[in-house]
Order: sequence, then structure tokens, then C-alpha cells
Amino acid sequence: MFARVALLVLKKDFAIEVKSREILYTTLFFAVSCVLVFAFALVRDGRAIDDAAAGILWIAIAFAGTLALGRTFERERYGETLRALLLAPAPRPAIYVGKLLGIVVLLLLAETILVPLVALLFQAAFFARPWLLAGLLVAGTIGFASVGTLFAAMLVRSRTRDVMLPILLYPITVPVIIAGVRGTSALLQPVPDEPAAAMWMALLVCFDVVFVTLALWTFEPLMTE
Amino acid sequence: MDFDVITLTDVSRHFGRRRALGRVSLTARSGDIVGLLGPNGAGKSTLIGVLATLVAPTSGDVRYGSQTSRQAPPALRGRIGLLAHDLHLYPELSARQNLAFFAQLYGIDGREIVDAALASAGLADRGDDAVSGFSRGMRQRLALERALLHRPRLVLLDEPFTGLDDHAVDLVAGRLRRLAAEGAIVLLATHDLDLADGLVTRVMLMREGRIIADEAAAPGLRARYRAMIGAA
Repeated sequence: MFARVALLVLKKDFAIEVKSREILYTTLFFAVSCVLVFAFALVRDGRAIDDAAAGILWIAIAFAGTLALGRTFERERYGETLRALLLAPAPRPAIYVGKLLGIVVLLLLAETILVPLVALLFQAAFFARPWLLAGLLVAGTIGFASVGTLFAAMLVRSRTRDVMLPILLYPITVPVIIAGVRGTSALLQPVPDEPAAAMWMALLVCFDVVFVTLALWTFEPLMTE
Repeated sequence: MDFDVITLTDVSRHFGRRRALGRVSLTARSGDIVGLLGPNGAGKSTLIGVLATLVAPTSGDVRYGSQTSRQAPPALRGRIGLLAHDLHLYPELSARQNLAFFAQLYGIDGREIVDAALASAGLADRGDDAVSGFSRGMRQRLALERALLHRPRLVLLDEPFTGLDDHAVDLVAGRLRRLAAEGAIVLLATHDLDLADGLVTRVMLMREGRIIADEAAAPGLRARYRAMIGAA
């Protein structure tokens, strides 16, 4: 039942996105713009500042993710469909998981464009250890999106949601961003520091477990008016 | 889990310092069509939110048969149908996709049920069109079918006649009478006293978060409404 409802919500979001392509295009456009602005600022004579690539990749993911989170729940606000979801005879945390999966898939899609772009513009050797990088990105994206999905759902009826979402989200997800940047940076050293990257990835997985558990636990009471 | 009666006892709801509901008590039974009447801000939509389990009361007790709303288990929510002022539809999706999604969410499978709902909404030939292209009346009819898809025991309707033409109003009124005859408890909040007159079996008049009158429906609703609101 739980998985069926989560997949239903994911499928519904996917069907809407296939028709509108709104969130995918705006998220990609924003993320790419973000990377280009940093490239103009930080690349001189074809050489990037040392160790900038990892930070820029994760900043672009965080900024684009915030935009995607806001837009995804804007859809549920229009027509108050979130209330209809909450009224359904389904486990309410399953609705959270469905929305979370949609955001994670969207951000992972954006990352498939962002990683080669940052690698190209900042001469970063992202593909030296592709599986470790993929692990860091997946774990970091889940951690960021798990908190963001909860906050975006909570703020859906707030008039100041566009301002409040980043104000609430960034301080809480700082550990995820730091772990993502440090882990990615470890992979970009002349000799990739695999043990350090693996340690940061393990830390990200711990964050994921804590954040997802807390979100599942608090989603239902937080969503009741 | 079915129930034949809903009971509210001294239910209050505050939003910050503002009191939306103040010690509301009511009982509605299977077969009732209860009209919630009152001016804007009287607390009708909050009361519907409380009954739908979406708004938690600050104090008081809400019971669905022997079950309390504080538990609000999925099985209880599955017996409630809500047509709110916002229509709970995805405008990007087609009418059929909207109905199919909510049907699956309620554990109902079968294209026939969706087709029957589309026909009942008078949208059989527009089922594959995006809802964003529908008029308010068409959306309203579709939203009503979405709310009734799972044959709820408690039907909560907030301004169900908005945007409907005379023919559609007759169809919806007939539908509500049939639901009540089949054992549903119907509560509808409306400003349209002419439409409520002759449809509702009970009238509850609300003002400033309180029920100031609860009586059996009788002809001449508009005149009594004016007298009560004026006297309150």
C-alpha cells in the first residue's frame, strides 16, 4: 500500500511534467546559468581556481533544487490538491515519499547535465572515479531533497513560502552540502583520495537516514492544519 | 468502517488569536442533507475542514460513529468525500487522468468507474482534454465526481453550485438527494439560499464561528435567514 501510493504520486508528477516540462526546463536553465556565472567569475585565461569545481557543482545543485522544490509544491497549492492527497485513505508519509522521489529523479537528471558542464568549464576530473562520484551525488541529493520536500510541503499555504524555503532549508542542509563538497573535492585531487571520499559518502548516508526518518515521522502532524 | 452519525461536541478552533469556531456542537445522521448557511467568515469552511479531518480542532470532540477524528485513520478518511471551494484537480492532466489518479489513490480500479463518472459529469466526450481548458462549471462538475468517486459516507460540499447552469444545478441537486437516500450524510455550505431551499432537510445558521440556529428545513428559507442574521 505504502509503495503503491508513493509510486502513484511519482507517476502523477511525472505525467504532469511530461505535459508541461516546466520544472525540468526551468531547473536545468537555472542550474546551467549558475555554473556559467561562476565560470565567468572564476576562470581566468582558461584556468580555474583550484578546488572550485566541487563547490560550484554543489551550489548549483542546491540552488536548482530549491527552485524545483518550490515549483513542485506550487502545483499542489494550485487547486489545493495537497489537501485532496492528505484526505485520501493512504498513509500520509507515502505522499511525502512520492514527492521526494520526484524531486530526487529531477535533480539527478539535472546533475547528468551539470557534472559534464562543470568538468568541462573547470577542468575537473569528475570521471576519474565515476562510481564514487555517483554515490556522493545520489546520497547528497537524497539528503538535500528529503529536508527540502518536508519544508516545501509545510510552507505550501504560507504567503512567504518563496522567502522562507531557502531560509529554513540552507542552514539545515549545510552538513549535506559540506559533506558533498568535501567528498567530491577529495576525488578531484591529483591522486584521488578514495578513503576520504568514501568517509564523506558514509556520512551523507547517515544524514539521509536521519533526515528521511525525521521527515517520515513529522510529515503527518506537520501537515494537519 | 461505516458510520450513521457524526457528532461534534464543543468544538473550537483558533488560528492564532482569531477564533474561527467557538464551541460548536452538532449531530448529523444518515440521510440528512444539512445546509450550513451564514455570511462570509462565519466559520463554514473551517467546520468543513474539521469534519474532513484536515483541520485539527483546538478543543472539543469530533466523532464519526464511535471513532474520533483525532485518530483519523486512513479507513475513516476513505469514507469522507470533500468538494472544497478549490477544486482539488490538476489542470495539466486530462479529466480522465484526474479521475483515474484519485480512483487509484482510493484503491478503486477499473476504467468503467472513471467512464461512469465522466458520463455523470457530462464530460464523456471531453475526457481526454486537459482540465485547464474547461470552464468553471465543467471543472465544478468534474470535481464533484472526483469527490464522490469512492461513494463516501460523509459528503462535504463547500459552495457546490458555483459556476453551474440551471440544468447542472438540477442534476447535482438530484445527485445529492440520491446520495442521502442511499444513507450518506451530506453537509453543504452555501450562500445560495434559493438553491438550498427545497434541497436541504436541515438548516444550520452560522455566525462568527457559532451555530446560532439548527432547525428542520421549511419553505421560506430566505426570509428566516434574514430575520435570524438581523436578530443575531
